Amino acid sequence: MRSEAAFDVERGWRLNPQVALRDEAFGALAYHYGNRRLVFLKSRPLVELVSSLERYPSASAALVALAPAGQRASYERALARLAASEVIDAR
Amino acid sequence: MPADIAPLPLKEQFTRGLDAPICLTWELTYACNLACIHCLSSSGRRDPHELSPAEARGIVDDLVDMQVFYVNVGGGEPMLRPDFFDLVGYAVERRVGVKFSTNGTRLTPARARQLAALDYLDVQISLDGAIASTNDAVRGEGSHAAARQAMDNLAAAGFGPFKISVVMTRQNVDELDALAALADEYGAQLRLTRLRPSGRAVDSWDALHPTAAQQRLLYHWLLERPGVLTGDSFFHLNALGEPLDGLNLCGAGRVVCLIDPVGDVYACPFVIDRQFLAGNVRDPGGFPTVWRQSALFSSLRQPQSAGACASCGSFDACRGGCMAAKFFTGLPLDGPDPECVHGHGEAALAALDQRPRSPIGHSKVARDGTPLPVPTPVRFRSPART
Repeated sequence: MRSEAAFDVERGWRLNPQVALRDEAFGALAYHYGNRRLVFLKSRPLVELVSSLERYPSASAALVALAPAGQRASYERALARLAASEVIDAR
Repeated sequence: MPADIAPLPLKEQFTRGLDAPICLTWELTYACNLACIHCLSSSGRRDPHELSPAEARGIVDDLVDMQVFYVNVGGGEPMLRPDFFDLVGYAVERRVGVKFSTNGTRLTPARARQLAALDYLDVQISLDGAIASTNDAVRGEGSHAAARQAMDNLAAAGFGPFKISVVMTRQNVDELDALAALADEYGAQLRLTRLRPSGRAVDSWDALHPTAAQQRLLYHWLLERPGVLTGDSFFHLNALGEPLDGLNLCGAGRVVCLIDPVGDVYACPFVIDRQFLAGNVRDPGGFPTVWRQSALFSSLRQPQSAGACASCGSFDACRGGCMAAKFFTGLPLDGPDPECVHGHGEAALAALDQRPRSPIGHSKVARDGTPLPVPTPVRFRSPART
């Protein structure tokens, strides 16, 4: 597993094509068909952010546009963890 | 790892149930060529009412609609179902991943190659001891050799990392390191699960379940090895200290369930008893309606009473343990697990003299109806032959 430190917020990211999302009231379940890992996205804005990463030049730009006010740092940490578990990957 | 932005603890949300299971167990047939003494489904004879190939495909279609990512396929021995490969092929083509458990006796080199060609398919070979005599005492004479041959066949077919699935017993706890070494030898993943007093284990549990000292040993062994899979089955051990990896809750009827070979839907694979029967996939509305509307599942999704465990400081850690383990040892569901690490279960057990028996069973019987002695020696076509 890559370390969280490897997450470069200035790069372009996307939802890993091997990952399927299932919407839930709390957010979404994310399943990686490659590494068979199940991950929980624990808020709706996080699901929106992860699904929209591809439309932004960088994760940083996506965070500015979509992270709830005052929570950008925690959403960035969430993205770093999702990168470490390969739910999102660098474009 | 999960992101930590949540309005409610996820565990609370899961105990209230989801619109679709996270995953489920699907037992394809009650037919089995082994007669393991701890078989949780009392398998042996095929049931004449088992789902047809078309009905089985219909379930896969339902799982696609419900966005269930994968199913745990078992039995009986699932490879004894004539449409086994058609069915798993149908599932994985639709991105319903299959993790299937097998005793390996039908896993020939040719079938290993067939399995290796399928995406989204994991194989778990059941093995209940690193040493043949330990395993065979539970699973039947020759079953260790058959499982090893199946592993060799998977390795030769380039299947990749399969799983070795072990039910922990009093007899095999000493072989934990040897089992881990065996898995390493194959580049396989070790998966340990808890013995439940279900099915034929109603009769063998007393002799097989690990001792309190062995449970503590297992807990520490697992803590040091987060890479070992457990199917989340040892959450009752969390009362010993820091929690083991996993969701650590009873997901029965909330995030998991069982579909049995005749289409009956139970709360979990370990409670094949009428009390935990939610409905049948042949009922109007099929599986989705059973999952979403059955009275049983609705009641399991209500807040549960901690009962006799309410005053215990460990309740938040173990949640009273496993419903199936309590039910089949005759303990109240809102009390301690029979293997409660604080010993509360043992005391409760000592006060009982009778245990419930499920009338549902498919064990092989003699012509006069008496159960055959188990374990029976395995007779199977040599897996080495294709």
